[in-house]
Amino acid sequence: MIEWIESVLGLTIQVGTVYLLASLGEIYAERSGVLNLGLEGIMVMGAALSFIFTLAYGHLAAILISVIAGILMSLILAVMAVYMRLNQTVTGLALTMLGLGLSGFLASPEVRKVILLALNPSLPESLLAIQEAPKLPEIHVPLLSGLPIIGCFFRQNVLVYVSYIAAPLMWFILFKTRPGLSLRSVGENPAAADAMGIDVFRVRCLATMISGGFAGLAGAYLFLGFQPFWQEGLTAGKGFIALSLVILSTWNPLRAILGAYLFGGVEVIQYRLQLFGLGALSPYLLAMLPYLAAIAALVAVSIESVRKRIGVPASLGIPYSREE
Amino acid sequence: MEKLVELRGIVKRFPGVVANDRVDFELRRGEVHALLGENGAGKTTLMNILYGLYKPDEGEIYVRGRRVELKSPRDAISLGIGMVHQNFRLVESHTVLENIILGLGEDKLRIDFEKHRRRIMELAERYGWRIDPMVRIWQLSAGEKQQVELLKILYRGAEILILDEPTSVLTVQETRRLFEALRRMAREGKGIIFITHKLNEVMEVSDRVTVMRKGRVVITKETRETTKAELANYMIGRPIVFGQKKVSAKLGSIVLKVIDLKVLGDRGYPAINGVSLEVRRGEILGIAGVSGNGQVELAEAIAGLRRPLAGRILLNGVDVTGMDAGKMIELGVAYIPPEGNKLGIVPGFRVVDNLFLKAYRYPPYSNNLLLNWGKMLEKAQELIEEFGIVTPSALSRTSSLSGGNIQRLILARELSGIVGGIPRLIVAAYPTKGLDIGATEFVHDLLLRYKEMGSGIIFISEDLEELLLLSDKIAVISGGRIRGVLAREEADAEKIGLLMSEAVIQAG
Ligand SMILES: Nc1ncnc2c1ncn2[C@@H]1O[C@H](COP(=O)(O)OP(=O)(O)OP(=O)(O)O)[C@@H](O)[C@H]1O
Ligand SMILES: [Mg+2]
Repeated sequence: MIEWIESVLGLTIQVGTVYLLASLGEIYAERSGVLNLGLEGIMVMGAALSFIFTLAYGHLAAILISVIAGILMSLILAVMAVYMRLNQTVTGLALTMLGLGLSGFLASPEVRKVILLALNPSLPESLLAIQEAPKLPEIHVPLLSGLPIIGCFFRQNVLVYVSYIAAPLMWFILFKTRPGLSLRSVGENPAAADAMGIDVFRVRCLATMISGGFAGLAGAYLFLGFQPFWQEGLTAGKGFIALSLVILSTWNPLRAILGAYLFGGVEVIQYRLQLFGLGALSPYLLAMLPYLAAIAALVAVSIESVRKRIGVPASLGIPYSREE
Repeated sequence: MEKLVELRGIVKRFPGVVANDRVDFELRRGEVHALLGENGAGKTTLMNILYGLYKPDEGEIYVRGRRVELKSPRDAISLGIGMVHQNFRLVESHTVLENIILGLGEDKLRIDFEKHRRRIMELAERYGWRIDPMVRIWQLSAGEKQQVELLKILYRGAEILILDEPTSVLTVQETRRLFEALRRMAREGKGIIFITHKLNEVMEVSDRVTVMRKGRVVITKETRETTKAELANYMIGRPIVFGQKKVSAKLGSIVLKVIDLKVLGDRGYPAINGVSLEVRRGEILGIAGVSGNGQVELAEAIAGLRRPLAGRILLNGVDVTGMDAGKMIELGVAYIPPEGNKLGIVPGFRVVDNLFLKAYRYPPYSNNLLLNWGKMLEKAQELIEEFGIVTPSALSRTSSLSGGNIQRLILARELSGIVGGIPRLIVAAYPTKGLDIGATEFVHDLLLRYKEMGSGIIFISEDLEELLLLSDKIAVISGGRIRGVLAREEADAEKIGLLMSEAVIQAG
């Protein structure tokens, strides 16, 4: 029994980390007033690039490239949505389309082969055609990993540990530091922030780039840490689930941890039920759960007093301009 | 006396208007300098330039004798300039402390909440304010929000203070307290620019006064060498009559009867708690009281925008309790909402769109399917002239109009009688707030005209002077209850104030 719980819990963490990494960055973007709907596209690009670059240069380079690509992609969004003040929904969705298409193209066998040879001409023929890459190794934390049940928290790969540190750190920055205060103010009332000498555009641009960087990381984790077999559209809507998690967490990095593992757990239990043949009728129902939870959260935050207490970014999705 | 600020030949153009036309202005150390002018005269624009929010098209800015280039508020702040904007610029869901230290470079990374809390309390005490730094902004009254705005700039040690119509949201007592603080700041060697429309306030608090008109400076004078009448004349280019102008209209039948009304407020507790009222044809019923005591909820309930919890509303003897706003409009109820520039218009729409926000559904402007733009534009042109709305054209974006002109637009829409003819009942909530004396006079005259034509009018205001000027009866509201109704002859500022405070004592 303990073993079963441990394996479910371990998997839950692994699935949840995808959502956690992606939503941490998105929380920053949305707290600054920018809705980054490009999450899904950036994640799938991160996955594709981490696939290609792991084969060519190894894990570390692959992760770095995925993050950088995520930042660059979100920069496109920042320029269009923040500086040019275009509609954020449209530009974000366009970015997702771009990511889905481009990742499929880059990782398709023929194109991939060309890229790999260009990156590293000494690569053996056998690596050019395979559809998978080596998984990130698990790192066992001494002592802690031996504990019953919670030990599985400490038998994970490096990116999971990154998420353990990032979530509380990002909470601290957001709520206890000066840059965090500036960021939240910009998302609540940009005119007030502007009047206090804060560069609204720069803050929003930076926050969007942070969301892109984390989305890229989430993509790299999804591929390297969880499911290292390439297939087109690998993310399969996980970016949108992360977006709903942001709402469920009410834009709070600490609550995002809980939400991420909750969503992860639901998914894992769904797999398990399928194994027992019980899931036949329910996979769609279960897959719906994250969205239902997000809708429930949305209803809750639409109540004025709740809104004010938890601080829904009041200017979310609204471009700012000074002379209007 | 040292010059803190000098503006020379400032020009600022917006599409279709020259908001500032070669403006010269100076502020000295230790003075309160009033800036006066009609709606749209260019006061806010000029101050936004001094605060680095707008870039001037031409002209030079000197601060403490040195020529400066202000690219953003950040530059202005570092020169010791602080501005309290016409509309509050506060983050509602954040605490007082968070708002005050926003953008402050002092803490490198981690915010030392305890240190700031102590220092904010000390600073507030110095000006006689009691404020809890850990409270969230949305829980504060308008007067307290104003204090937070001031603390924001004082906390940075600003010595050039710009206050854009700070008193338009304050009660009489709050205004008095603000003035004491301003005089004290001037004694400390700061320079204060104070924008207002109220001549009494100019006379009371300022050392010098500059009058602007249509984007230009008309004159700068020592306050004690001038009079209210002279200033009014500079401002609108014609003399203005102060005081009585009664219209005697015969009181007719009862238009509106409110019986034991209870209405829920936004925060979920009753804002109106058993109010009964009566308004006759040709009668103006003034409602006096500190804002936030249920006035708006009462007005909205009568206009059909808020469902009463209990009680009855009778219009010409017919029970209309719980009818929606559309029905009430058709029955001839006109509602002039408070904060017209927020609640009364759609800012992104054109002037003509906002003028027809109600009437577009009715012939001859629509035949149930298509809109008749020709007819609408024609009528809009008429209304623009009749109500003196200053706008480049009927097709301009409404958001670029000045506050006074937006208010005129709303009045035109509500009172023109396009739907339902001459209104039987007019509910006007703070219709002159933020308006210059010319526009205020216009609104007063308009209300009196409708009184003469037989409309019943509910006139909500915080300004006792105008209440006494227009009303036939004055009801004093406080804590969601009517504390007394005075006939005009027996009403005076003292009695009204007493009724308000009695209620406070009872409640406390
Ligand atoms: N951002 C803007 N875009 C276009 N026009 C503007 C803008 N800001 C101001 N204006 C125009 O410039 C003129 C001056 O406006 P301003 O707000 O400075 O007047 P004001 O003196 O402050 O009036 P009020 O007493 O109503 O506040 C007005 O005609 C206004 O319509
Ligand atoms: Mg103004």
